[in-house]
Amino acid sequence: MDSSVLQDLEAKACKMRQDIVRMLGEAGSGHPGGSLSAADIVAVLFFNEMKTDPQKPDWPERDRFVLSKGHAAPVLYAALAEKGFFTVDELMTLRKTGSRLQGHPSMKHLPGVEMSTGSLGQGLSVANGMAIAGKLDKRDYRVYVVLGDGEIQEGQIWEAAMAAVHYKLDNLVAFLDHNGLQIDGPVSEVMSPEPVADKWRAFGWHVEEIDGHNMKEITDALALARTIKGKPVMVVANTVKGKGVSFMENQVGWHGSAPNAEQTGQALAELGGEADE
Amino acid sequence: MSKKTATREAYGKTLARLGAVNKNIVVLDADLSKSTKTADFAAVFPERFFDMGVAEQNMLGTAAGLAAAGKIPFASSFAVFATGRAFEQIRNSIAYPKLNVKIAATHAGISVGEDGASHQSIEDISLMRTLPNMTVIVPADAVETEKAVEAAIEVKGPVYLRLGRLGLPVLFDESYRFEVGRAVTLREGSDVTVMACGLMVGQAVEAAEMLAGENISARVINMHTIKPIDRDIIIKAARETGAVVTAEEHSIIGGLGSAVAEVLVQSEPVPQEMVGVRDTFGESGPPSELLQKYGLMAGDIAAAAKKVMGRKKG
Repeated sequence: MDSSVLQDLEAKACKMRQDIVRMLGEAGSGHPGGSLSAADIVAVLFFNEMKTDPQKPDWPERDRFVLSKGHAAPVLYAALAEKGFFTVDELMTLRKTGSRLQGHPSMKHLPGVEMSTGSLGQGLSVANGMAIAGKLDKRDYRVYVVLGDGEIQEGQIWEAAMAAVHYKLDNLVAFLDHNGLQIDGPVSEVMSPEPVADKWRAFGWHVEEIDGHNMKEITDALALARTIKGKPVMVVANTVKGKGVSFMENQVGWHGSAPNAEQTGQALAELGGEADE
Repeated sequence: MSKKTATREAYGKTLARLGAVNKNIVVLDADLSKSTKTADFAAVFPERFFDMGVAEQNMLGTAAGLAAAGKIPFASSFAVFATGRAFEQIRNSIAYPKLNVKIAATHAGISVGEDGASHQSIEDISLMRTLPNMTVIVPADAVETEKAVEAAIEVKGPVYLRLGRLGLPVLFDESYRFEVGRAVTLREGSDVTVMACGLMVGQAVEAAEMLAGENISARVINMHTIKPIDRDIIIKAARETGAVVTAEEHSIIGGLGSAVAEVLVQSEPVPQEMVGVRDTFGESGPPSELLQKYGLMAGDIAAAAKKVMGRKKG
């Protein structure tokens, strides 16, 4: 991978983090921690990996992205806006009455959202369905899904994990945003799913473990995923919750509370953005 | 006409027939394909049949993904599991995004019989009709099931088809016209109206015969679609007969009776009696004995008709 491409991706991710902080500051509620932890993964998917066309959101050949951890909606909205599905200005309507940017993503409201999510544990099953349909129709699109590490406590995830292997869904790549924190505290203390990589391997997945903030490792994992045949790929991405904003990093309290005006300004300063663009 | 056919059997045969016509139809089951009869489809179109194992939540979620990618998935299991175990998947992954998933659940009601209460769904109509975007259909016989499956494919959005295990008399012939949301008057009458769905439609017709013997003129309406409910036919019947009996193989809480009552109290209040399972679980036993024990026979409907007529005002 050309180093300038990686630098561009880092710049995109930084811009998305600014968008996330700005829209959450404006909304006054929402989930910064898990949005920021997934920003690098989502940036690589939308700006390097997936074929999508903002002018044709229903293009049958497009790659599909399912944000199973739907509370990280801001990271998806930031990617869609930066990609051109709608204007960056619209991000400021997040969570407001009448907005297309619902608190959790709604496919009926907003183009580019492939699946309505928010209730945890459901996205992988849906992604499986999309992947099966792609195989039935002999289309070569790929399906990408991002899961939270608290989310995989849901039993349905493991039903879906079984099914993806059973139906040999090698057009499916899942990322585990392994930031180690959930609402009630460290995932390992609330209800440990560890060892996560071994669990997915035991279910028959090809598993890669990476630094989820390293653009090269993310792009390499995706390139490798394309070579894996006959089984789905799980990328366990070790991440930092709140990544990029010093006072949010690894702080469980920033799972589901928005920054006030002062905090928004401070966060944007750290991310190299302007408070009032 | 004497041969009995379960609605689930008609469902399997219809799926297998339509699978050849519409290549977008895919079928999912949760390890019950021989009972739900989706095995009939699997035998002809194995590449479009997906056994998801004993994992209903994942099955409904997968169906959502298939629908999002343009397929017309039929997902089947027993009604208890399809609507209960996977309720929230249906709510959030199917109904909310209005995806084109057809949930065809069999073994609804206490006529499941010997398997007992754990397998006898008496709350599925209630669960499904409370969801925005959901269409709810309860066919009364094999012919209506066939037409309901065809109609469900034409509905752009989620549909719940409630099917049964028990063999039922065939009430309709091939000329029977079925339209989603439009109930069918099977018998005219002026003293009271019986509105029924599923296997209670046959009982309602029988009840009307019994009542005729006592010079009571009972109208019988097949309310095959619980949602959207046919408001016009309910209001007209209330105005013209002044009393209503609803009959369903389901709890009287939240099902057809409730749906009809919601229309009556808001538009044309008349006395109503509800024949159904009275806020209790079922039990093991032969279907015919259970239907008697739980008050779901023609005689129960006739008794309710006489009772409701006594409550007419003026």
